Amino acid sequence: MNKTNKKESKLVRNLLILLSIIFLFIMLVMPLVVVLSEALQKGFKLYIDAIQDKYTMKALLLTVEATVFAVIVNTVFGLFAAWSITKYHFKRKRLLTVLIDIPFAISPIIAGLVFILTFGRIGWAKEILDFLDMKIVFAVPGIILGTIFVTFPFISREIIPVLQAQGNDQEEAAAIMGASAFRIFRKVTFPQIKWAFLYGIVLCTARAMGEFGAVSVLSGHLRGKTVTLPLQVEILYSEFNFTAAFAVSSVLVILAIIILIIRNIIEHQMKKAGGNYVRKAS
Amino acid sequence: MKRSRRKQVIPGFGISMGVTLTLLSLIVLIPMASLVINASGVGFSTFWETVTDKRVLSGYYVSLLCSFTAAVVNAVFGVILAWVLVRYDFPFKRFIDGLIELPFALPTAVAGIALTNLYSDKGMIGQFLDQIGIKVAYTRIGIIIAMIFIGIPFVVRTIQPVLEDLDSQYEEAANVLGASKAKIFFRIIFPEIRPALLTGFGLAFARALGEYGSVVFIAGNMPFKTEIAPLLIMGKLEQFDYHGANAIALVMLAFAFLILFAINSLQIHYSKFTKQ
Repeated sequence: MNKTNKKESKLVRNLLILLSIIFLFIMLVMPLVVVLSEALQKGFKLYIDAIQDKYTMKALLLTVEATVFAVIVNTVFGLFAAWSITKYHFKRKRLLTVLIDIPFAISPIIAGLVFILTFGRIGWAKEILDFLDMKIVFAVPGIILGTIFVTFPFISREIIPVLQAQGNDQEEAAAIMGASAFRIFRKVTFPQIKWAFLYGIVLCTARAMGEFGAVSVLSGHLRGKTVTLPLQVEILYSEFNFTAAFAVSSVLVILAIIILIIRNIIEHQMKKAGGNYVRKAS
Repeated sequence: MKRSRRKQVIPGFGISMGVTLTLLSLIVLIPMASLVINASGVGFSTFWETVTDKRVLSGYYVSLLCSFTAAVVNAVFGVILAWVLVRYDFPFKRFIDGLIELPFALPTAVAGIALTNLYSDKGMIGQFLDQIGIKVAYTRIGIIIAMIFIGIPFVVRTIQPVLEDLDSQYEEAANVLGASKAKIFFRIIFPEIRPALLTGFGLAFARALGEYGSVVFIAGNMPFKTEIAPLLIMGKLEQFDYHGANAIALVMLAFAFLILFAINSLQIHYSKFTKQ
């Protein structure tokens, strides 16, 4: 390589780095700065008041509740689905993986809509609910269901590639020696997927806590009852109470940053532990 | 889901498959079936009238146009970002790498109001753009900006692992033979990352098409101008027109699956092309 060529490539290198940093600064950092500066614009006392507001606290509790349910249900599903898909031979495996990914491909608004069409006023399951004296749409169960739906594939998707990369030799050996399925899972499989599983839980938590579209369709916006934190942000914003809206947002921003840090730590651990984990978009 | 003839070596097939299929049916398949069950009760002419209404058609148009533009911008910047993060070393690289994931972690409603504030005519960026006559908030440009925000990690994160695993011997060979940097990139590296780029593009496109939270605030939601398809569904729901919402949703689903199908076909086309 001659000298001018080297100079050129250094110039290109610096230009590309500069371009990337400008892009990320404008697109990702500036929105965070705006949230924090708008939240604190009218002083720290008003900021604290906005966060300690009764409805905001209730919204926070509901968000935590929906997130916990989503993580529990999707953990059970994720472990069973990943295990079934990677450890057994059966027909239409490909179809099953496509079906699991459905919540990924569709708009969150449609995710909310399907529950309205099932359990709502014109839903075919409405009579069953009336008989059981239950309410799903415009009530807390609807919010929980919507949150579970949009995060449904998150955990299984992280575990499946790791298990596929590992192969089944160890499990099959254990089975031939007479170990039960649960014992094989606990002793052989789980130690391999530990970090991927945690990673899935982190992604699931992030999405569940921030879900807006599906929950917005199913909530009915009953203040103090069916309003989650992101919906509380929307309500405050539409009432032109911008400082409060950004104050509540700042809580979510802090949670998002904590999640990102945990995510990075887990990723670091995964690279150390196995190295054959392939990072992919989720 | 029949068990194949070969006997399973590992025990527990029945219960694992049972739990998987039960949960999948309860949470995803049965509710999704309601879309079809309800639509079939309406009749084709009503369905057709709803989905070909002028305002609805313009909603599809705005949604497709903006999400496609955003996906193209994301494809370009996604390649640049992945390239910079894999090939170069610079201060705060790990921090910047972690930052890419922010749109996955930040609630969309928060992103929505932050971007609206930023790009309004009094906002930190919007006021400068306003002086040169560019309006972003409450226009289609605003919608595109929000869609770029939520789509960028998809492209970067699909390309990054491919670039990391790329065998450098072809590049070195080309370099020794005197090929320029640009030529090496377009003739050797680009064909390698093309499948991942297509996947990332498709994911970003599909995500932007269905996006609601981050777009709804900055869009302004003017019929025929900045009203996106998910918002039309929301509007129908607010008027308790469930059948209308159902019809629009089915067409949107068709678009989303068409995009994924088209990306898949393109990939098959290219993989045949490169294997010859």
